[in-house]
Amino acid sequence: MERMRAPVSSPIAPVREVDVVLHVNGVERRLKLAPWTTLLDALRDHLDLTGTKKGCDHGQCGACTVLVDGRRVNSCLALAVMKDGAHVTTIEGLEKDGVLHVVQQAFIDHDAFQCGYCTPGQICSAVGLLLEGRAKTADEIRELMSGNICRCGAYPNIVAAIQQAMEAS
Amino acid sequence: MINFEYARASDVADAIRLKAAEPAAKFIAGGTNLIDLMKKDVEQPSTLIDITRLPLTTIEEAASGGVRIGALVPNTDLAYHPLIEDRYPLLASAILAGASQQLRNMASTAGNLLQRTRCYYFYDTATPCNKRDPGSGCSAIDGFNRIHAVLGTSPSCIAAHPSDMCVALAALGATVSVLGPAGERSIRFLDFHRLPGDTPQRDTNLEPDELVTAIELPEAGFADNYSYLKIRDRASYAFALVSVAAALELEGNTILEARIALGGVAHKPWRDPLAEWKIRGQPANEATFEMAAELLLRDAKGFAHNGFKIDLARKTIVRALRQAALGTPQSQSEKWIR
Repeated sequence: MERMRAPVSSPIAPVREVDVVLHVNGVERRLKLAPWTTLLDALRDHLDLTGTKKGCDHGQCGACTVLVDGRRVNSCLALAVMKDGAHVTTIEGLEKDGVLHVVQQAFIDHDAFQCGYCTPGQICSAVGLLLEGRAKTADEIRELMSGNICRCGAYPNIVAAIQQAMEAS
Repeated sequence: MINFEYARASDVADAIRLKAAEPAAKFIAGGTNLIDLMKKDVEQPSTLIDITRLPLTTIEEAASGGVRIGALVPNTDLAYHPLIEDRYPLLASAILAGASQQLRNMASTAGNLLQRTRCYYFYDTATPCNKRDPGSGCSAIDGFNRIHAVLGTSPSCIAAHPSDMCVALAALGATVSVLGPAGERSIRFLDFHRLPGDTPQRDTNLEPDELVTAIELPEAGFADNYSYLKIRDRASYAFALVSVAAALELEGNTILEARIALGGVAHKPWRDPLAEWKIRGQPANEATFEMAAELLLRDAKGFAHNGFKIDLARKTIVRALRQAALGTPQSQSEKWIR
């Protein structure tokens, strides 16, 4: 159903594309983007990196989690133009020379997913968590992973996988 | 989201100039609330002025003996900074109680202050809301108001402020440094956010052409006797139904100084000078904590679905003060409450 919208008070700005350079998974990518393009849409729709998922698109589910300059963020709430020059790591960039990242391998070892839709975000978030080095206990893992929702409810296996990855790294 | 122009501020003066030239523009830093509101068409700026490259990212000891925090310090960096962890653990704890690590990595210090209410009707452009559309009415007063305020409400608005960090900053007595075309000024934290009154569209006393540049913490950090206790529908990653930042200075078992700030119950972080004054000089025991709670909540008024918050707040105040007095602050990764 079409909802009533608040009247737009200011004139609509014309589409004026902006040059954006992103270093994605170690490769420099030059893009021309409308300013309202989120980092998530830039990755999925402009760079065909569809591993990063759009879940809620409002920063509530964590499916879109990627690493920007080594820190985990919600790519749905970041404008690509504001990340000009940044280094972005997505799920596609974690494997090196045919070897899975320790977190990816741990998720397989522990069957830490069912449908898999939240998994790229879970894994990128867990990689960020390991880089932060703040979580030590299972309780701390649960708290610091609370920004990633799994509607299948694979949480116990996700925590076990992260514990394994933590021991391995 | 409507189309908008993008401008990147090269320095602080440039940011002020850009805003003065385009009143319908908005500053953007972390964007975690603004982009969300733009996707909902609640915010429709003509231009976004990107301030993320401005040099407002340091945390340093101030001449006053306190600590000065740059407006663009990410929430995570603030919570994990040694000066904050050691001297102001109440602030660190409150920050880690809010949002998720991804959002805290993005969100800025000043942006946390300027985030807007999560009232469902404010977010829903199909419903009247005096905060979004002044004069249209308040849908929450006679609507579903479980998450709404019980203190300081007005017939225009019963929205609650969503921040955890701000509750700790209110308790600590921070000040906010702002810069505008007329120059610099400082605003006491308790004067920064407003009660709704008949102008709920204004959340703060920041002028539209001003930019927050820093937050300054006073010397006293209450690092020995504090607790940030947050009660919510889920054990993590949810806004507070009620939260309490409690900080005490004790001599033996006598309270020399008390700070109690409440979150989730008002349009701004709620402090009550009378309640704090009354418990100074009193023994740190249950009777004193109950007295503080009664005083803090003496004017509380519930609506159809949030009356439970008043009793919940009373119990949360007492428990947070007990935790503070015992030196056993609530850990944000510990999901049971002592």
